[in-house]
Amino acid sequence: MNIHEHQAKEVLKSFGAPVAKGVAITSLDQAQAAIDALPGPLWVVKSQIHAGGRGKGKFIEQEAGEKGGVRLGFSKEQALAHVKAMLGHHLVTAQTSAAGRQVNRIYIEDGADIEKELYCSLLVDRGSGKVAFVVSTEGGMDIEAVAHDTPERIMTLPIEPSTGVTDADAGKICDALKLSGEARTDMIGLSKILYKAFVEKDMAMLEINPLIVMKDGHVRVLDAKVSFDGNALFRHPDIVALRDKSEEDEKEIEASAWDLAYIALDGTIGCMVNGAGLAMATMDIIKLYGEEPANFCDVGGGAGKEKVAAAFKIIMKDPKVKGILVNIFGGIMKCDVIAEGVLAAVRETNLAVPLVVRLEGTNAELGKKIIRDSGLNVIPANDLDDAAQKIVAAIKGK
Amino acid sequence: MSILIDKNTKVLTQGMTGKTGTFHTEQGIAYGTQMVGGITPGKGGTNWEGTLPDGSKVQRPLFNTVAEAREKTGANATVIYVPPKFCAAAIEEAIDAEIPLIVTITEGVPVLDMVRVKDKLARSKSRLIGPNCPGVLTPGQCKIGIMPGNIFSKGNIGVLSRSGTLTYEAVFQTTNEGLGQTTAVGIGGDPVKGTDFIDVLEMFLADDETKAIIMIGEIGGSGEEEAAQFLKDEAKRGRKKPMVGFIAGRTAPKGRTMGHAGAIVSGGKGDAESKIAAMESAGIVVSPSPARLGTTMTEVLKR
Repeated sequence: MNIHEHQAKEVLKSFGAPVAKGVAITSLDQAQAAIDALPGPLWVVKSQIHAGGRGKGKFIEQEAGEKGGVRLGFSKEQALAHVKAMLGHHLVTAQTSAAGRQVNRIYIEDGADIEKELYCSLLVDRGSGKVAFVVSTEGGMDIEAVAHDTPERIMTLPIEPSTGVTDADAGKICDALKLSGEARTDMIGLSKILYKAFVEKDMAMLEINPLIVMKDGHVRVLDAKVSFDGNALFRHPDIVALRDKSEEDEKEIEASAWDLAYIALDGTIGCMVNGAGLAMATMDIIKLYGEEPANFCDVGGGAGKEKVAAAFKIIMKDPKVKGILVNIFGGIMKCDVIAEGVLAAVRETNLAVPLVVRLEGTNAELGKKIIRDSGLNVIPANDLDDAAQKIVAAIKGK
Repeated sequence: MSILIDKNTKVLTQGMTGKTGTFHTEQGIAYGTQMVGGITPGKGGTNWEGTLPDGSKVQRPLFNTVAEAREKTGANATVIYVPPKFCAAAIEEAIDAEIPLIVTITEGVPVLDMVRVKDKLARSKSRLIGPNCPGVLTPGQCKIGIMPGNIFSKGNIGVLSRSGTLTYEAVFQTTNEGLGQTTAVGIGGDPVKGTDFIDVLEMFLADDETKAIIMIGEIGGSGEEEAAQFLKDEAKRGRKKPMVGFIAGRTAPKGRTMGHAGAIVSGGKGDAESKIAAMESAGIVVSPSPARLGTTMTEVLKR
């Protein structure tokens, strides 16, 4: 689960991390009070969307101007003008689709005198199975580009779960960031704070880019991007309360209510599959035969008739879908149950696009018979190759 | 030979009295596995009762703790169906009881719980398979987990995979090709897991009966790349077996978690193309279609 920058900073601040003073607003009438609450002389006006690359982004609407999604106001009037220009408009960044994301909230922050920009993130390092720091002196840049061009400027440091961040670990982090004096003292403390926040809140990723050293020699969190482990949200109701559903796809929200793994994509063939690996493989094979998948959908191992029907209806809500491929290899799942769920959904939605169904595994014959005997226009397939070829041919009208 | 499990493996079920635990214990017994008992705190001293597919009734003893169950039954493996919230504690209890093989089926265990478990595992006598995996199956001998037994046949292909249903595809297709399997191992789709590709590849390379291997990966992490490097190093030492591979997720968008918690391309790492390239460089024949794993293996074995 993702949260906004201003929320991430609140969370980090509650653990003692140094962040600037700021106010988040969701409507224009809150703007003046927010600006007045900050001392100046610099107001940083930041679009809050769940996507990176905001500073280098561009708005679709002309009245938003040429500048990106993060703007500097050198007076209260200028700050207010920036809020007016951005709020409600659509920001396109390297991480959004071409349609961009509507900016529904803006964070106005006290500006800082920047001496140096650094990079610091925490993540679960899969190789070591430990939480690791990734730090670099190259702050404020695309870290993937740094990793590609100058990998020697990035240090990864796994932390022992039994000890947490030791003074020796913090020292290594400061060395890699080339910090001395007050900044070094700050960072030794901050390393421990960030690790504590990451572990206590079950974060999946915590990225501070940039982490800055200010002209006064102190360290500050200038930008913060945090995501949480969805499987651990049950123990963090305070984090769940930060969820902003306006940032999520409507179909994906409905799917999550049914405990379905669904991701909307740009293609034309809807897929309903059991198992994440098989669901990805089904997308891949559609592409292999020349079409694009409209979604990823894993109904899981133990889905019943109602869940299958719900998944089918969510897939059908996507107007781009020109055909549907159901691919089930029943291990725990029984194919006759799937068949009944699919048929119920077909009847209920008056399905008007071609449907190919491939059933294999437990009770496969029974499932195939139920589909054959239904009298509905469902195309049966023998294996995954056959299924993919049939649905691609069907939407091309062959 | 087989790897990890055989007809002498005695299996406990943690979370035996739940719906999933009951169903799969019944399936395990019906397959001929020595399911010797279960753990449900508070129900120790009573019996678990199940119904096999043929309608016959079965009973197994229940215990309050894993240590007690191990002592009374002589179990050397355990399978865990405990819900995600309590799963790490169940694995830790099995580690403390020194169960040699712990297979965790549960999906949705918090990743930082697994960081803690993995740290404990490193200082233990246990091997963990999973979590979020379909289990391990040696045809005709032992079935631990949720794989459908009827698609297997005894043979000489070793199967290992991060995905459950793609394991079934590989098994089903090798059965249809008349090749059969020595053992199939699902290592699971989570980012932090007990056993990775290299561990299982080592076992398959060392197993005389395993003549060839099917390895199925997916986007996320670098387990496939590390496995490819391991295979190259072993080949230089003269250990090499024919291999067929598949990687799921060529069309997956970056930065999105594709069902499995571990299936995500992030930070410019873990994409399908780099995995396929690494596997091919290690001599693995990577099939572009998951429907052709069996036929590709037959072709490879004819070369």
